[in-house]
Amino acid sequence: MAWLSDFWSTYNTLVYSIGVHAMLALSIQITLSCGLLSLANAAFMGIGAYVSALLTLTLGWPFPAVLAAGTLAPALLALLIGAPVLRLSGVYLAMATLAFGEVVRVIVLNLEITGGPEGLNGIPPSTEGWHIALFLALTVYGLVRLARSRVGRAFEAIKEDEVAARLMGMDVDGHKLFAFTLGALIAGLAGALNAHYTFFISPREYGFESAVDILTMAVLGGTSGLLGPILGASLLTVLPEVLRFLQDWRMAVNGAILILVVLFLPTGLWDPHRVRAWLRRKRREEKA
Amino acid sequence: MFAQQLANALTLGSVYALFALGFTLVFGVLAVINLSHGAVFMVGSYAALVLVTRFQAPLWLALIGAMLVSGGIGLLVDVLILKPLRARNAPHLIPMIATIGVAIMLTSAGQGLFGAEIHRFPEETLPAGELVIAGIHLRALEIGIVAVAFALMALLFVVLRRTQLGRALRAIAESPKAAYLLGINVEGLFHLTSFVAAALGGVAGVLIGLDFNAITPQMGQPILHKGIAVIILGGMGDIRGALIGGLFLGFAEVMSKAYLSSQMGDAVAFGLLFLILLVRPSGLFGRVLERKA
Repeated sequence: MAWLSDFWSTYNTLVYSIGVHAMLALSIQITLSCGLLSLANAAFMGIGAYVSALLTLTLGWPFPAVLAAGTLAPALLALLIGAPVLRLSGVYLAMATLAFGEVVRVIVLNLEITGGPEGLNGIPPSTEGWHIALFLALTVYGLVRLARSRVGRAFEAIKEDEVAARLMGMDVDGHKLFAFTLGALIAGLAGALNAHYTFFISPREYGFESAVDILTMAVLGGTSGLLGPILGASLLTVLPEVLRFLQDWRMAVNGAILILVVLFLPTGLWDPHRVRAWLRRKRREEKA
Repeated sequence: MFAQQLANALTLGSVYALFALGFTLVFGVLAVINLSHGAVFMVGSYAALVLVTRFQAPLWLALIGAMLVSGGIGLLVDVLILKPLRARNAPHLIPMIATIGVAIMLTSAGQGLFGAEIHRFPEETLPAGELVIAGIHLRALEIGIVAVAFALMALLFVVLRRTQLGRALRAIAESPKAAYLLGINVEGLFHLTSFVAAALGGVAGVLIGLDFNAITPQMGQPILHKGIAVIILGGMGDIRGALIGGLFLGFAEVMSKAYLSSQMGDAVAFGLLFLILLVRPSGLFGRVLERKA
């Protein structure tokens, strides 16, 4: 078992990162499953991280309370800005949420209490591996239940054809707001967990690049199910570590993989339909 | 003092406008948010640097070389990546993600080839001299930058407004399908647009590289954010909007750096953008184009 503890002491932050990134990829998958291309989740993650870290550092709140606050604060904000923002659609929504993310980043960069560009230092590492595993499992369980519920089916209908959904009497705006807020909730939780194992947070981690990274993970893995985003998040987190020997060139591999997947696997790496079709074909071959 | 800042703002704003013009051209004609435009901008400035330092090319030749190199990359991206995506009618999110991949690859290649450190044009290759008009000091370099940027933009305006080619491009911007039915070579013009847009981005890269005399693999990121800001402000796909938006952003940036804290200026700018999007999603000049085909 010595190798296991060696492995853990070297790679535990990597495993933590996979868990947090998986939650983030799932948070954008929810909004995508309702047909919304929102790029605000990095900002929501940042708000969760800063709110929770500040409550820990200044008020000394206990960890569970801090987590709850870091989860609810971005969700409340999403509820507030959701109504006006979600009137936009497609590219315009993507741009508006990007602009929102930049506003949040620049505000955090300039406030006294958030430590400005230096960020916050010395956050106690309260997050443990099982916390992340537990919350990731809860998220997945919740989303599986959601997908099979009336609300999940409504999301799908809105994604496929918004006008038809509205004509059938569905509360399209309400469902969109719900998806947007739920995404913010999960992103906030991921941010709060992340802040309490990295020791240090800064505004740089929650900007444009992170927003794009989160989207990339989900799309790379495939957004038609829940396994896809988790797979994409794991791959994009592990890959730079595996490719460390390539030094400055290692990100080029990330970029190339992204392009190849977009070109040749339009539905992402994990597509339940493709896998099912493949299994069916295999079974038929076995019979024959 | 104010007049001096105005001159600086004009220099910066004209380059922003040039950059945003390529960005908005691709969005208008191809309906793709090309997130590799910032990386192509970076490639342009490295190409000019290599031509100047390694091949002792004069600056004007380096400018043309950089245009061809970055334009070539834009063309390659269109032929190899965007064209197959168009052929299978991928939703607009997909080409955008592909261009993220391109941006990552180019930035990483820049870092691999040249390292992460700052490169500079040798001092003797920069145009020296200064023009003093009514107490305002204008560097010859700045005058050159503004002249090149405006000359290229004027050329583009004339082509778009006055020629058969421009009419064809505007027809595609309205509806590629209708343009195709009218006998316009839509695919060819998509390639041409990608080339021209990337070439403009590359020139903007050289001009910024000269203005600040600092070239790094990461230099495409901040300008990409600004480009996004400009096309939101001016209306996505709107050429005139990109020009006015670029100048406005250059002006806002220089003035807020001079008279406010530099960072709060960004917050105001992006806050304003966010509001504009909520009130007028089409930007100040644009119309919302919901293209179905």
